[in-house]
Amino acid sequence: MADKLRAQQQLESLQARYVGTGHADTTKFEWTSNIARDSLSSYIGHPPMLQYMSIGLGQPKEKTRIMLLERMIQPVGQPPEPQD
Amino acid sequence: MTSFSNMALYALTVQQPSATQQAISGDFTGTNKQQILTANGSRLAILEVSRRHKGFKEIFSQHVFGIIRHIEKFRLAGATKDLIAITTDSGRMVTYEYLPDEQKLKTLHYETFGKSGIRRVIPGEYLAVDPKGRAIMVASIEKNKLVYILTRSGQTDISISSPLEAHKPQTLVYYLIGLDVGYDNPVFAALELDFSQSDQDSSGQAYNEVEKELVYYELDLGLNHVVRKWSETVDRTSNMLFRVPGGPDMPSGVLCCGEDNISYRRIYNNASEVQRLAIPRREGATEDPNRKRIIVAGTVYTLKGGEFFYLLQTDDGDAFKVTFDAPGGDVNNIKIKYFDTLPIASSICLLKAGFVYCACESGDRILYELESLGEETDDPVFESSQFPADPLAPYDPPFFRPRPLTNLTAVEKIASMNPIMDMEVANLTMEDAPQIHTVCGTGARSTFRTTRNALDVLDLIESQLPAQATSVWTTKLTAEDEYDTLIVLSLLSATLVLKIGEDVDEATNAGFITDTTTLGVQQFGEYGVIQIHSRGVRHIHGVQFPNNDAAGEHGELTDWHTPPHRTIVACASNNRQVAIALSSGEIYYFECDSDGGLAKADEEISLDCPVNCLAIPDVPEGSIRAFFMAVGCGDQTCRVFNLSPDMSGEILRSVSLLALSAQPSDISISYMYDKSPRGHSQYLHVGLRSGIYIRSNLDEMTGEAYSTRRRFLGPSPVRFTRVIAAGEPAILAITSRPWLSYTDPRTGTFATTPLNYTPFDSAWSFESAQFKGVICIRGDGLRIFALDSIADNTTHETIPLKYTPRKLVGFHEQQVYYVVESDNNTMDPKTIDLLRDQLNNGAKNEDGDLVMNGDVANGHHPSDELPPVEFGHPKAPGRWASCIQVIDPINEKAVVNTVELERNQCAVSAALVAFESRSDEVFLAVGVATDLSFTPTYTYKSGSIHLYKVLDDGRRLEFYHETELSAPPLALLAFKGKLVAGVGRDLVLFDCGMKSVLRKAQAVNCAATRIVDLKTQGSRLIASDQQHSITYVVHKDLIHPNRLIPFVEDTVARWTTCTDMVDYDTVVGGDKFGNLWMVRCPSKVSEASDETEDGQHLIQDRAFLAGAPNRLDLVMHYFANDIPVSIQKTSLIAGGEKVIFWAGLQGTLGALIPFASRRSFKMFQQLELALRTEDKPISGRDHLAFRSYYIPVKSVIDGDLIERFLVVSRDKKESIVARMEGNWDLAEVEEQIWNMRGLYAF
Repeated sequence: MADKLRAQQQLESLQARYVGTGHADTTKFEWTSNIARDSLSSYIGHPPMLQYMSIGLGQPKEKTRIMLLERMIQPVGQPPEPQD
Repeated sequence: MTSFSNMALYALTVQQPSATQQAISGDFTGTNKQQILTANGSRLAILEVSRRHKGFKEIFSQHVFGIIRHIEKFRLAGATKDLIAITTDSGRMVTYEYLPDEQKLKTLHYETFGKSGIRRVIPGEYLAVDPKGRAIMVASIEKNKLVYILTRSGQTDISISSPLEAHKPQTLVYYLIGLDVGYDNPVFAALELDFSQSDQDSSGQAYNEVEKELVYYELDLGLNHVVRKWSETVDRTSNMLFRVPGGPDMPSGVLCCGEDNISYRRIYNNASEVQRLAIPRREGATEDPNRKRIIVAGTVYTLKGGEFFYLLQTDDGDAFKVTFDAPGGDVNNIKIKYFDTLPIASSICLLKAGFVYCACESGDRILYELESLGEETDDPVFESSQFPADPLAPYDPPFFRPRPLTNLTAVEKIASMNPIMDMEVANLTMEDAPQIHTVCGTGARSTFRTTRNALDVLDLIESQLPAQATSVWTTKLTAEDEYDTLIVLSLLSATLVLKIGEDVDEATNAGFITDTTTLGVQQFGEYGVIQIHSRGVRHIHGVQFPNNDAAGEHGELTDWHTPPHRTIVACASNNRQVAIALSSGEIYYFECDSDGGLAKADEEISLDCPVNCLAIPDVPEGSIRAFFMAVGCGDQTCRVFNLSPDMSGEILRSVSLLALSAQPSDISISYMYDKSPRGHSQYLHVGLRSGIYIRSNLDEMTGEAYSTRRRFLGPSPVRFTRVIAAGEPAILAITSRPWLSYTDPRTGTFATTPLNYTPFDSAWSFESAQFKGVICIRGDGLRIFALDSIADNTTHETIPLKYTPRKLVGFHEQQVYYVVESDNNTMDPKTIDLLRDQLNNGAKNEDGDLVMNGDVANGHHPSDELPPVEFGHPKAPGRWASCIQVIDPINEKAVVNTVELERNQCAVSAALVAFESRSDEVFLAVGVATDLSFTPTYTYKSGSIHLYKVLDDGRRLEFYHETELSAPPLALLAFKGKLVAGVGRDLVLFDCGMKSVLRKAQAVNCAATRIVDLKTQGSRLIASDQQHSITYVVHKDLIHPNRLIPFVEDTVARWTTCTDMVDYDTVVGGDKFGNLWMVRCPSKVSEASDETEDGQHLIQDRAFLAGAPNRLDLVMHYFANDIPVSIQKTSLIAGGEKVIFWAGLQGTLGALIPFASRRSFKMFQQLELALRTEDKPISGRDHLAFRSYYIPVKSVIDGDLIERFLVVSRDKKESIVARMEGNWDLAEVEEQIWNMRGLYAF
């Protein structure tokens, strides 16, 4: 029982520290949002990738950066209706 | 059991990336001068800018082996120099001090705070420092913020606290700065957006109402914690903050920039105190008056006496000067005025010396000089009192007219290939070595560049000689002379003596024998000059030109004649020593006696083989003679003799011998700078008739030659001249073209680079009052040039292009290149003309507003004719401007033809095809997309292939026909006299018809997403998918209908950007994440694919996991931190082996060199292993982890790390080598490292 509790505590601390750590009730929306946000922040964080996209879009890097940041707010559309 | 992969490569960077991630100015050397610290790719570099150098000088550069994300400087109170803080993907907070004497970065702090890699919640994306250097804040894009407190302990040490957290979950950070608050508690300001509500609200209302906040974090130094002090809602579009100077009588606070919004804000301010400016918009026929600008870059500059201003750049490139009206620190008003238009920059640095450094996002980086601070120009000034603080409230948008540079003048450019869009290595002009052709840049700043491995020289004088000359010398008249006075030319059977004065005239009565061929000329003793000719040596005493004209007078003439029936075949001399070799094999040696005469030594050397060449170095400082003489003998040896008495008092004894692979053609001994403890060493240079150049160290005590480097320079015998290049001694090696052998000023290692100059026969150094350089002759032409800069070993020729280049296609037979270009969100020329006509005809513009029409009515000329190179093309959302350009890089060095595309089409691919069915007539096929859009996803209206007939030696294109396709063909390739295209997921084979291209075969759903690149060998095609690596396809043409059968594909989803076939089974490629990889088809699968003529069994093969029946094996993998855009198997230098050469988006040029022997591979492997621990990357990133960023590195040795070995201290080098297995010594290891660069790349 102590092991279980400990595992639970560890999981909780992981969830607090690392955004996106899943749990048993992770919804599809949460999961896909996380993936999309991880990807978007990776695009922003890797300078060559940000430049590559900016060239394709024909705009300054800063504009692309804002565009991607804006997309991180709600990357996969509206959250689903809460189901009880 | 150890197992070896059967392939191993050495990854070398040939040209460093030039994309600037960030640049900041600061005093990093502590000399009270400003330098620029730049982060380019994975390199940190410090540039010095000065009027004395007339521009830049790179004083330091180091690879950090990490992805640099942000750099910042800080200075502790009372300190005299700025320190550096960087964040990389190492998960560590690292700070440095630059030590200018040792030219290295000393790591001050090395604090681990999180996982490595670039992650959403690991801080590092943002870095801000307190201007007083008391605290550093690092933040991630989402949630995490850490604050480190810096305190000074003792005189020099700076201690760093453990991190304080200021996390806020579900919050995005847009920007972060440290506020200037004087000596109050440090405050950081962040632009944040909390999305927690919008993640919960299914109605979407919360999403529409999310607010951006400007949050102030205060670090309480007394309580040692961080508090979220205050926040206020700001404009939703805000994206950037700038610090406002604080302290006594200064306003403090931030400039918060957003779309059409620059506001001044301060902690605890009321809404009424906010001062806001709208960003002025361009006027003109092609400008949409409703388009709002954002600020993309900028800098603050504080003048002496506390005045300050900002230079802020918009997304058009226009820079504005923002000034404050803030008496006593209360901001009453802020003003904005157009300053000048610069290329869009990632960073702008304003230096105290009056320079503006613009680290452009694309193209050359530019240094400007400030002519004025923009106060005199009559551009309109807008004030914050004109605009409401709320950007949503109505206001009259401000307008201005862009104009050419007024306040700035461009001083210098650093050539920068960033971004490279496509590359091809080809030898169009049939030179010794191929040229690198790249298309670089974006928008109107795009260029076509031809890059050669060569040193640029400064051509000074070119003149005609009366007759053909074979050799040239210059000489002084006395030992004290500073400059050369005479030029001696050896003609076919005569000698011509020229006097250098105001003009260069033929000298009369200089004492030279003029009716013979001269072999050597030397200023000898105090006042003499000697002339060595085939029959003897003439010693001319006291040559003078008393009237400073060409009429000379001289003292006594002493002639020494050769013994009968013998002639002089070779000679060598310095100021005090002369050696001559006779046709009979004897070598006579002379020294300067006490009264300046020639005294022949009793000893002589008698060799039983002919002597080809002799060399004596200059007399070393403080000695009376040089110690050694080198003799190149006909028996393929080079012997060294001593000239100073040895222990038994004898001279001319053979002290060492160097066996050569061919007959020597010339020898030289010189002192050159190097990394030895003394700073310079004596070097022996041997040139062979086979064109090989050998350089050895020549021990000054024993005369032993060691540490030998060999290199093939060209197909004709090598001859040498000692010259001065950029103030350092160097050797000019003359073969089929001239080369310079010198010490690379950056790395201190030996380098040989060809000169970017016409070939010549003979050369000598030349020093006059006006310039120092090299005089050279070819036939009857005489030229003088100077070697001013040896820092950059490549030269560029640049041809401007119109739009962003997408694909480069070479027509090698006709020496032309075709470039397809397209620009997104850009107005096409037809619309531009239409709009201008409308304006000129006085027709009312669609959204015409008062200001604009008013100006036109006032007779203002539309300023739209401003060159797009500086002002960019007019923007038009969703529109494409695209063209095909024909470039002649050889003769005209210009664009010779341009074909514009219309109807919102954009060219996406191109290929040159000789259709077999049209008797090999050559066509240019261009893949075109209509209404292409990338956001939110890849969409298009239609795709087509345009065929253009290639006419007039490839210089003109005639539209032939257009074929509509279901999707844009992103890849085209000439294949077996036909055209193969990747149309969406399908691979289709086309032949040329009368009205369209005709489909001959196709492989439906060949790739998983869309085919972006095609390569071929024989019947095999390699189709690259945008997301899912590559597929091998075999073409079966002996059955009807033809079949294209995919038979093997990859196991990993690589987002392929470029590929090339290394051999029939192996493909090397690059992907969008910055990896280089090589995959190979299993031999059985490869054989089976070509077995049958109908491919029936391939079709019958069972699909494996919903793909092709077989899978590829990974051979090599390497993370390069730059997106490869083009890759090619080619040789780079004359006589060099083939290497894999790649070009990266950020301007990197790199080579992957195959190892020739397992022994050397094992050596490099051990060396790499040792360097990973002995010379840890300064970013704090683990080297192995960095090169294995996505996939573990495989079969590649990192040459950039290996070359760090050359710059580590000697003890460390020796300790590393001592620990290596395989009996290596230091010299051998260094030679191996040098060879990898010298023999394969440059």
